[in-house]
Amino acid sequence: MTWGKLIRIAVKTLILFTLCNLVYALANPLDTLGRVSVYNTLVPGRLRLPYSENAPIAHNLSLSTIPAMFAAHELSRPKAADEFRVIIVGDSMAWGWLVEADQTFAAQLEALGYSSAGGRRVVVYNLGYPGLAVAKDLLMLYEGLRYQPDAILWLVTAQSLPATQQVELPIVQSNRRLVAEATAQIASVTTDDLTSSIDLNDPRFIQSASLVDMSIVGQRREIADWLRLQLHGLAWAATDIDQALPEEITLRQSDFEADYSWFGHTQEETLDDLAFDVLQAGIRWTADIPFLIVNEPIYISSGQNSDIRYNSFYPRWAYDQYRELLSAVLQGQNYLDLWDLIPPDEFTDTPVHLTPEGTRLLAERIGAELESMGVVRR
Amino acid sequence: MTLDLPVILLFIVGAFVYSLIPSQWRGWLILIISVIGVYVFQPFLPIRFSDFILPTLTLTLVLAGWWFSRPKTDSVTWDDKAALAVIGALIIGLALMRLVDEAWRITPSRPPDPLMVVAALLVAGVLIVGGRRLLPVGALILLIVAIFVLWRTNPLAAAISGAWRGATGQDVTLASMRDLNWLGFSYIAFRLIHTLRDRQSGILPALGLREYASYVLFFPAFVAGPIDRAERFITDYRALPHMRGLDPQRFSDGLARIAMGLLKKFVIADSLALTVSLNPTIADQITSLPGLALFLYGYALRLFFDFSGYSDIAIGIGILFGIRLPENFNRPYLKTNLTAFWQSWHATLSAWARAYVFSPLSRAMIKRKWHPVLNVLIAQLATMIVIGLWHGIELHFIVWGVWHGFGLFVHKQWSDRTRSWYRSLAAKPAHKRAWTAVSWFITFHYVVLGWVWFVLPFSQGVRLLIGGGS
Repeated sequence: MTWGKLIRIAVKTLILFTLCNLVYALANPLDTLGRVSVYNTLVPGRLRLPYSENAPIAHNLSLSTIPAMFAAHELSRPKAADEFRVIIVGDSMAWGWLVEADQTFAAQLEALGYSSAGGRRVVVYNLGYPGLAVAKDLLMLYEGLRYQPDAILWLVTAQSLPATQQVELPIVQSNRRLVAEATAQIASVTTDDLTSSIDLNDPRFIQSASLVDMSIVGQRREIADWLRLQLHGLAWAATDIDQALPEEITLRQSDFEADYSWFGHTQEETLDDLAFDVLQAGIRWTADIPFLIVNEPIYISSGQNSDIRYNSFYPRWAYDQYRELLSAVLQGQNYLDLWDLIPPDEFTDTPVHLTPEGTRLLAERIGAELESMGVVRR
Repeated sequence: MTLDLPVILLFIVGAFVYSLIPSQWRGWLILIISVIGVYVFQPFLPIRFSDFILPTLTLTLVLAGWWFSRPKTDSVTWDDKAALAVIGALIIGLALMRLVDEAWRITPSRPPDPLMVVAALLVAGVLIVGGRRLLPVGALILLIVAIFVLWRTNPLAAAISGAWRGATGQDVTLASMRDLNWLGFSYIAFRLIHTLRDRQSGILPALGLREYASYVLFFPAFVAGPIDRAERFITDYRALPHMRGLDPQRFSDGLARIAMGLLKKFVIADSLALTVSLNPTIADQITSLPGLALFLYGYALRLFFDFSGYSDIAIGIGILFGIRLPENFNRPYLKTNLTAFWQSWHATLSAWARAYVFSPLSRAMIKRKWHPVLNVLIAQLATMIVIGLWHGIELHFIVWGVWHGFGLFVHKQWSDRTRSWYRSLAAKPAHKRAWTAVSWFITFHYVVLGWVWFVLPFSQGVRLLIGGGS
């Protein structure tokens, strides 16, 4: 070995490495790569989208590549001829925070054994994802529409609607391109302009414009996450565990300070910055698919200062005004306000997370609504 | 700090600088980096000053090891005095970091008062010199073993932690074995015992303090081995002044080895560790035999890639600095019998245990004319139990040692009785291939099942294996 040879090897290595990165950056194969998956082939698809705050013991992890997330989901298996697909988008309540995968809202709705009006078997897919922002729900809906849904349920709560919150979640920030695609497609179909709620120039979006950002080096985290998601698939198949459930749950707060504020608003203000346009756009965009928007149940406290606040999320004035505004905005649409459906004991760690029993009550009520809409039948 | 990516990069850059310095200073530079490394690698500990005191105790034991392992008749050379001065100056220099801002400190926390450190070093010096006059070499071996037992036995370590916390006015109720995360001691204990035992046997070559301390503390191998032998290390060390400075072959070999280690450790092992590697939490989640198999295979692979990757990095850095550390792994999971497995899995530890546990014990039993089969059984069990206990003084490590000791014993009996039959297979290649495949399958799965005892507490391991994951 001479220095000349060593330097030649180093230079060739560098050139090859740079070329690989360049080709990767130009091909931008992450979405395609993401759709390659051991799920639904080697191992069953997940019952809910990948998400975890404790990956090694939950056999699950959070990643930002949405196509990879969907490829890991049972939704990506081929649609059976006798299947009536219902997809559910929403927050962590819909995802099933602190409940087993077979006790989530989607699972319990499916367990009610409905069939479609045409006699097809109703299969309910959980596309809920932790985080409060309807822009995030819109992303999941956008990706979910690739999988031929026959009906759509969107579970919302006021906390998901402030315009300032729409680009707050990492999953949204990391997927500017998909958000842009979704909003452009909506604009082309419905002429809705969502820029007042989802500003594509928001600096919180992670801009992946440079070649380095798009290279293997720049996307090493995403590639590693994709790889680990496949390995977690083996563990998930072996254990059926996709969430690290604590032995004891710290219950939601019942007593509050006399605090009237909500996202910078104080009492008696008009809430004029809620992203109702995102909801409306979603409905108009999927006009040919039965669509139901549900205002999620919330925990209603009777503790200290409960005359001022319903719970730790909501001062009464803001939540009441939100309900009025939402029902006005969705007038004439399939809208169900279930804000006070669930007894207080059936909430877990936050004002929206439900126990399995609370989830069952919700599933039964929404099932009945779908029946009355003529979408499903017993 | 540990041997992570930035530190590895620092060592690579450092190796270039090292190659450019005057050749006679190379050995000194290795000593200096190694001594500083003892403090820098030490993680932060919650007991006040303990993350300075434990590294200092490491260095004190090294000085004691050198003093006890050198012939009493040998005179102290200028080189020894200079090495002692360098080590002392480095300790005091690091203690003076107490006076600098936290951002500039390389010790894990604020060191104790330098004057106290000087006083403690003087007392330690008196004890070492006085101890050598009064005590045999074996006394220091016993002391090292006693420290090891105290440190690795959970209740004893917790009691020490409690007493130490009490002495520093900290919350005694938080005392735990984790308070005494003494980095590197497991490995230096083996090196010290090796030199002391070889001194007793009269086979240890004469070593100056600089050589001895560099050997015991050599920074790439300080945290996780390999466990070199002094006489081998010293051959490379003494050749350092004659080593070609910027040798492209050395850099090529070293960098390639580090790259392989990085891939194994940081890509493969870390991915397996986060996903399909058995641990006590996951063991309770397993509900099926395929699930058990998945996590066990995952753990087995993760352990191999983690440890052998780490060894590759250590060996690679060693090569860059002109010291070729011994190989630790040689495709262990492809071996077709347990003896071959242990000659290729953490081979330097196995070799140490063979030299200082198995051989002396066997010789002692042969002298007493014990039955040869019983000799082998006891020697194998004792050796593997010692290796098990080295990982921690807990029941499951003893069981793991017994598992392998018994396996080695069975293999020895089997191979003794089937040797001629096995030789006859040479004429039947198809039979030989089939037997090799069966042997590999049995060996691999015996080792993999054994990891259950290694990674899980005993009762949990029993539940898992008896229940078959259901």
